[in-house]
Amino acid sequence: MSDASTATATPKLTRKDFISDQDVRWCPGCGDYSILAQVQRVMPELGLPREKFVFVSGIGCSSRFPYYMNTYGFHSIHGRAPAIASGLKIARPELSVWVVTGDGDGLSIGGNHLIHALRRNVGLKILLFNNRIYGLTKGQYSPTSEIGKVTKSTPFGSVDYPFNPIAVAMGVDASFVARTVDVEAKSLQDILRRAYEHPGGAFIEILQNCNIFNDGAWETVTDKATKADTVLLLEHGKPLIFGKNRDKGLRLGAGGSLEVVTLGNGTSETDVLVHDERNRSLAYMLAHLSNPTPIGVFHAMPRPVYEEAMARQVDAARQKQGDGDIDALFKRGETWVVE
Amino acid sequence: MTLETQVDGAATAKRKEQRESVVIRFAGDSGDGMQLTGMQFTTESALAGNDIGTLPDYPAEIRAPAGTLAGVSGFQLNFSSLDIYTPGDNPDVLVVMNPAALKVNIADLKAGGLLLADRDGFDEGNLKKAGYTGNPLENGSLDKYQVVTADMTGMTLRTLEDLKLSNKVATRCKNFFALGLCSWLYSRPIEPTIKWIQDKFKKTPELVEANTRVLKAGYHYGETTELFAVQYEVKPARIAPGTYRNITGNSAVALGLVAAAKKAGLTLFLGSYPITPASDILHELSYYKQFGVLTFQAEDEIAGVCSALGASFGGVIGVTTSSGPGIALKQEAINLAVMVELPLVICNVQRGGPSTGLPTKTEQADLLQAIFGRNSDSPLPVIAAATPADCFSAAYEATRIAVKYMTPVILLTDGYLANGSEPWNIPHFEDLAPIPVVFRTDPTGFFPYLRDPKTLARPWVKPGTPGLEHRIGGIEKAEVTGNISYDPLNHERMTLARARKVEAVQQDIPPTLVRGEPTGDLVVVGWGSTFGAIAAAVEELRNHGTRVSHVHLRYLNPLPADLGTVLAGFKKILVPEMNTGQLRMILRATYLVDAVGLNKIQGQPFKVTEIADAIRRVLEG
Repeated sequence: MSDASTATATPKLTRKDFISDQDVRWCPGCGDYSILAQVQRVMPELGLPREKFVFVSGIGCSSRFPYYMNTYGFHSIHGRAPAIASGLKIARPELSVWVVTGDGDGLSIGGNHLIHALRRNVGLKILLFNNRIYGLTKGQYSPTSEIGKVTKSTPFGSVDYPFNPIAVAMGVDASFVARTVDVEAKSLQDILRRAYEHPGGAFIEILQNCNIFNDGAWETVTDKATKADTVLLLEHGKPLIFGKNRDKGLRLGAGGSLEVVTLGNGTSETDVLVHDERNRSLAYMLAHLSNPTPIGVFHAMPRPVYEEAMARQVDAARQKQGDGDIDALFKRGETWVVE
Repeated sequence: MTLETQVDGAATAKRKEQRESVVIRFAGDSGDGMQLTGMQFTTESALAGNDIGTLPDYPAEIRAPAGTLAGVSGFQLNFSSLDIYTPGDNPDVLVVMNPAALKVNIADLKAGGLLLADRDGFDEGNLKKAGYTGNPLENGSLDKYQVVTADMTGMTLRTLEDLKLSNKVATRCKNFFALGLCSWLYSRPIEPTIKWIQDKFKKTPELVEANTRVLKAGYHYGETTELFAVQYEVKPARIAPGTYRNITGNSAVALGLVAAAKKAGLTLFLGSYPITPASDILHELSYYKQFGVLTFQAEDEIAGVCSALGASFGGVIGVTTSSGPGIALKQEAINLAVMVELPLVICNVQRGGPSTGLPTKTEQADLLQAIFGRNSDSPLPVIAAATPADCFSAAYEATRIAVKYMTPVILLTDGYLANGSEPWNIPHFEDLAPIPVVFRTDPTGFFPYLRDPKTLARPWVKPGTPGLEHRIGGIEKAEVTGNISYDPLNHERMTLARARKVEAVQQDIPPTLVRGEPTGDLVVVGWGSTFGAIAAAVEELRNHGTRVSHVHLRYLNPLPADLGTVLAGFKKILVPEMNTGQLRMILRATYLVDAVGLNKIQGQPFKVTEIADAIRRVLEG
């Protein structure tokens, strides 16, 4: 993806190069600030010239993101960013195209485009900021809000069963599926890098706090006092162990589903499952695990990339038939001459 | 014209009679292959040098129950030694394969016209399904026509006896019997069809053999039987010199887009979703990979247009194709294209509506949708094609305007143009108008919304160009810089700038062509596929001394700068439309003229006589 010769010829980029001249207008304390900062930190390290990056977004708080990145950007319409970005990526495969969306934009009004972009494996890096609320429209429940959620539009509590974004992505066979947290700088940076390096489409759910309309939605995951016991860090090739004392692990239970076991008393690390990003079945099970909450790469398994397959068809046609002769095309089929 | 000659069973020597024009309609069950029969007869006629016009008419259901009225499929062809404009009003000849086809079509056949029927198709079951109590071929109810019947199915089966085909497969060859018979009757060459059969069925040699045999059997049957005393001949038409092919509107749109993209030096990207009657454009473009054409069958109509807009942002020419219901879904993204000022071609192959309406029938009722159907003040150029072959030029022009003015352009065709066909005088690519495209690469003094003084277009920048990184979007832009702006006066200036930019397209519109005298008693103003019927009606009346002229609009938005002056030269204005009066409303509002409408909303194109009658009525009234 990155062109080594171009990369070495480009002066070394810094975070500053990716900061646009526009004032950032998210609410003070919003989780989006941290995400923006990590993206701006990682981009210069990727070895790709700045002009090759494009950020495409829909509508919502998260979708203001492109205005703050000093790259090419397109702030589009509600839910449609994956479709717009797909056209861009197919037309210009050499660009690094990032989609910024939210739980309302990406999973409600734009759910269809999200699943189809992931299904096709278009080489888009999709960042879904999940704060489980509609922020820009000032506080209605979203498709990831929990049942019973009391909001402006659900004064008696929501009766909607929520989406699980990771399970949605796994359900459409996305080739790269990860989850991270707005305030976990290192995890966020690692996963951005991994997504960039992954050939093909990448889906990243970023648990993000809306301190105005849904403050503390992810407290169990972010609270420093308890997170060691509530968060399971997924690391490829390493046992699925967590806990303050690293004494809890995941194993396959008798019924074929995941269960948490305490290590010791005859249960050892060898009884615990080892994370394998290529194992789709394991990723499915982890997608539905909520206690602990897995953070990291659930699944990464390259498969044919849409825009590359499309380009191959064009190349094959050109090799077989030569560069199209338009006058011959006009005359296809039966013709006759009038003198 | 009519066929005066009586069928004389006693005649032995076959005479050849000349005809200027013949309108023939093939009708049968949708599984009977009538579209194919019609298209092959068209090819034969084109190769015989006739001017042609065609009108397919098929049901929306893929396979309605066999033998029912709902399942009747028809194909009408007008072939002539004169310059013709339409597929003809009423057929001179009607070929029917079953009673349902007879029932649906017989009212259109001219009195004294030739009815050619497959007698085997008129069995008890089929008669009942069509609602006949007796056999109309035998009970004298068709006495005002010349009725000729032949056991087409039976003869087809006998011709194929030794080939060991299943009864079903063999029966399906009967359309070639009808084609062979009609080919003889009108002295058409059958060699092109034999060649076509060989190509089409090359993987199943037994079908090549079967269909060729049946075609020849039908042809020889005409020659040797005593059913017909006369064979007809329609001499080649005197049309402009050149190399011709027969082309449908959908095919012409596809070629126009490919040609325009190549002329502009741009990759063509089509984002589309299947919809009747536009899908054939997607089908055709998906073959043209050697021209670098990228076709993306999106998950829905919205993704079709959005992907095309994303592609245009990337520096290629984005196109989306659809019909009315799909356009309704796309409008929000088209509005985004208006706001971000990127080129985009939106082709609406109009069909009967509202809602699902009449998917396979034609209408031109999306004009107001095209011009006004988006939220807020959202101007864009609208261009309409007039004939099947004209779809090529219209698609080419739409693309040229889109890149020149950095704007979405809506191209209107309709089901009648899309599936109808006519001879196309094939152009040379090098003779087509240039489409210059300049991508901005110089960062000095660059602003995303700095406008060209002549076209008011903003610069087009390919992402990947160093030093020109910028952001665009649907929120109102500050003039020049393109930054987000909520400033009230800026919004007013930007709204007016967008409108002025679309008005500036007037400088690309040639002076209005008035067909006939530049002034007179009445001008017929049309747009889109009504061209043929209007042109034929006006020509006919002018030959009889009526002071009537014809103006046909290609540019619906903006309208030509001289149109008001042109209209002022006539005492009366008649606007025939296949809608309730959409162009008429615009003309009245724009020019304060008392335009009168002739409105037909039947899913069928105008007949020449309908327009001619209306002209007479308006002139008398």
